[in-house]
This record gives sequence, C-alpha cells and structure tokens, in this order.
Amino acid sequence: MDLYLPIAGLSVNVLVIVGLGGLVGILSGMFGVGGGFLTTPLLIFYGIPPAVAVASSATQITGASVSAVLAHRRRQGVDFHMGGVLVAGGAIGSVAGGFVFRWLQRTGQIDTVVGLLYVVLLGSIGLLMAKEAAQSIAVMWGKAPPPVAARRHHPLIAALPMRWRFYRSGLYISPLAPLILGFGTGLLTVLLGVGGGFVLVPAMIYLLGMSTRVVVGTSLFQILFVTAATTLVHALTTKAVDIVLAGLLLIGSVVGAQFGARFAQRVRPEWLRLALAGLVLAVAMRMALGLGWRPDEIYTVQPL
Amino acid sequence: MKRLPLLMLLALLLGGAAKPRLVPDVSQRRIDIIYSFTGAELLLFGAIVYPGGVVPKRPADVVVVIKGPTESVLLREKQKVAGIWLNAESGRFRSVPSFYAVAASRPLGQVVDGRTAAIYEFGVDNIQLSPASSAPPDEQKRFEQGLVDLKNRMGLYVEVPHGVEVSEGVLYRARIRLPARVPVGDYTAETFLVQDGRVIAAAVREIAVYRSGFERIVASFAERHALAYGLVAVALSVLLGWAAGAIFGRKRA
Repeated sequence: MDLYLPIAGLSVNVLVIVGLGGLVGILSGMFGVGGGFLTTPLLIFYGIPPAVAVASSATQITGASVSAVLAHRRRQGVDFHMGGVLVAGGAIGSVAGGFVFRWLQRTGQIDTVVGLLYVVLLGSIGLLMAKEAAQSIAVMWGKAPPPVAARRHHPLIAALPMRWRFYRSGLYISPLAPLILGFGTGLLTVLLGVGGGFVLVPAMIYLLGMSTRVVVGTSLFQILFVTAATTLVHALTTKAVDIVLAGLLLIGSVVGAQFGARFAQRVRPEWLRLALAGLVLAVAMRMALGLGWRPDEIYTVQPL
Repeated sequence: MKRLPLLMLLALLLGGAAKPRLVPDVSQRRIDIIYSFTGAELLLFGAIVYPGGVVPKRPADVVVVIKGPTESVLLREKQKVAGIWLNAESGRFRSVPSFYAVAASRPLGQVVDGRTAAIYEFGVDNIQLSPASSAPPDEQKRFEQGLVDLKNRMGLYVEVPHGVEVSEGVLYRARIRLPARVPVGDYTAETFLVQDGRVIAAAVREIAVYRSGFERIVASFAERHALAYGLVAVALSVLLGWAAGAIFGRKRA
C-alpha cells in the first residue's frame, strides 16, 4: 500500500510508516519518552529527506504526547508551574534553533552536527541510565547496600539567584534553572526532531531534584508545547513539515502507546530503565559508526 | 505562372525524398502526481517515414531522451576529517536536469561516436551540467562524476539499454519509467533518428509532470501560507492524539 507524501516528494509504504509509528509508540508508552530519537533516524534511513524527517517527527510527538499529558494530569502528575517555565524556555530555544538549523543547512554541516549531537547526548545519557538502573537492580537483589541519599539538586543550581517555590515538584529553586533546561531541549527539538524527554527526565531528576511523581508528566507537558512550537518554526523556515507523514506516524504511535503503557505496568521500573538505556546506547553506537564509516555516497546535492 | 505550384510540389517531393522523417508521439502529455503515485511509465512511439516508403538495408537507429526541468545545485563532497566524514568541498552546477533518461535501439556506443554523443547529450556521462567554478579540470571531472553517480543511485539518471524497439523498420516504441520520487516540472521528450552516426531528424514533445488534487493543495498551502499550514498541522496532530486517547481511555473505563 503506497502513498505519496506531498512535501517529502516521494511515495512510501503506508504499513511501514504506521508500523514504525507503532513501534515508537510502544516505547513511548513504556518509558514515557517521545521516541523522536528513534523516529528521526529510522525515517532518514528509510529515505525521507532529513529536514522532512526532523520536522514531521516533531509534529508527530505533539499528537503522541496529548493523551499522555491528559492521563498524567488526572493523576496530579503535572507541575504546571514548573512546566510553564520549561515551556517558556523551550519556546525561546526552538526559535533560536530555527536560526541555527538554517545556518547549518547553508554551511552544509547539519548532518554532521546532528550525528555528533546524537552520539554525545544519547551516549552519555544512556551510560548514566544504565549505571543507575544496574545499581537499583543490585539493590533490589540485595547484593549492594542502598546508595546513600543523594544531594537534592546540583550545587550550581542551588547557587542561582531568585528562588521560587514549585509545590508539586517539592522544590525551592531559581526559575532560571528550568528556563535554561527548557531552552536546551527546545534547541534539540528543532535540530534533532526529538521531544527531548530523554534529556529532560534525567536532568529533572538528577540536576533539579524534582519529585519523581511529577517528572514524567511535567516533561511530557513541556514536550507537548515545545514540539508544537517547533512544528511552527519548521513550517515557517524549512517548510519541511509533511502533514501526511506526521499523520501516518501518529496513527501508529497512539495505538502503540496504549499497549506500551499496559506493558509498563507489569514490568519492574528498574528493568524498564535498563532496557531503555540499552536501546539509547544502541542508537548512539549506530550513529557513531555512521560518522566514522565511509558513507555509501559521499556526495549530496542542495538546490540553489 | 501556372507551372509554379507544380515545381514547388516537385521540389518538396525531391527535398523530402532526401531524408527520412519522424512522426513521434508520447502516451501522456501530462502526468498527475496523486496520492497513489508510485511512478509512471511513459511510452514514446511513432513512425519513421522513409522516402518512397522503402526501408533501407541498414535501417536508421532511434534514440529517445527524456529530460526534467534543469536546476542550479550545490554539490557537496564528504571527506574524512579527524575520523569523521563531513562535508568539506563543494562545487556549483548551473544546469542540472532533475531527471534524465535515455534509450536507444542499439547500445549508444554503436549508434554514435563520442563527439556526436556529447553534442546531443546522449548518455548520462554526456549531460551538460555547466559547472560554475574555477576548479582544476580533474577536480571538476570528479565532481561531475560524483553528481551523475548520485543521481544514478537515486534512479533519476538512467540509461535503458535496448530501450527502443523498432518493428518492421518503421515503427518504434520506447518505454521509460519515471520513479516515484520524480521531480515536478515541465519535461521534454526528444526523439532522434540516427543514420551512419549522424543525427538526421529530431522531434520534441513536452510532458508536464505536476502534483494534482490533494497533494497539490497541501504542497501549495505549505508554500504560500506557511503559518496557517503549521497551525493546521499542530491542530490536526493534537486532535488525533486527543481522539485516540479518548477512545482508548473509554474502552479501559
């Protein structure tokens, strides 16, 4: 079943794209991540032009996070106060990212920068998660003593001026910290087509020290708005948002997410985190190889 | 004065008699790209009219060339820098056909010599790309080959061996496939009649390849009303996500 994508300018197999969305949806339901870090590389691998892949996967993440945010809100799992600050930072970040994206496209280095960012980010976060998950599994099996209660948040963050109270997060910190964090994920969303959840969630836990009960919901809340802003930025600058592609991915992912969420309830979170860490590291490894291997085609064309 | 029309007719017959003529046509003058588009097959066909209707012992060859709209492009070349493959050098080309396909009744090398092939742009290596740089010739050659190879891999520059069938020496037809990722624009389909290595007749037909229906509406909306398009994309995405959540949520409750 082939369908022609109007913006990407090529025809794709509907089942492949919906299936891809479904796979990513299962993962996002299981781990509470948007899954953009998988969608974008897979779409590019399938032959979709990189700009279209990045832009359309941001659009897809918007839709995928709507129902998740609503579900978390019902469980009081969203800190709107904190989320608002993150969204503000993210909006600024996505506009800035739009300029960076265009500049990199002009100089021809967008692919390399995207590849490097993937390797560095996914690699370091994957390692961090793997270590943390392995430790908690060791604790679970009684092979290691429970770790000494870690510090609440990073000393640098405690040093920032002008503190606010974030009640649901159980925090009394400067709003500058989440603002900067939001800005960073906004940039990443535009450049990489990822929601940024895989950066945001660990940062909220380890850097800000947020109460884990609201981490996933709040991060999804931020992702919802920042990916929406990113879609607009891409629609205006790169004109690479393919509505049909995003729609197909979305159909797959919303269904997949339901299965993922049900599965997640039956598995211990430590194992889930370890599995996610493995997945993230695998993508990072693949990206690193892609940078170092001689590509099949060393030439690329750009219309003038 | 009475003799003049007669003389003219005679001259026309004699003049026309010297060379064979081509009567070409294409199966489609317009190709619409719609949602189910997975490529199209173009049929180029026609007749070779020999003087006196006599087919010579060595019938002429037919070469057909389909070209897409030309564009200016920047070609980038990746090089390994500090262990990473990244775009290093680049070259500009001013007239790169977005699509090129050639087919002939015999292998091109047997039909024409290199010089004629270069003049008429027969073969993917003979496309006039108009490089616009002051780079040394060998580097320019490398870039040209890189560009042709890239387009070839994308299925946009093709040579169809034995692509033209000639039956009874007078009727010819060629099938050329346009791939799904074919660029839109005005195409030309040229038919050449070649005898003894010389082009003795040529004819051009135009083919319009455009998006149509829903695909056209979406593409032009995205181009002309970028902000509105972005808003619609977001709204659609939110609506779909919300609806799916509502449906599944109710099922569970």
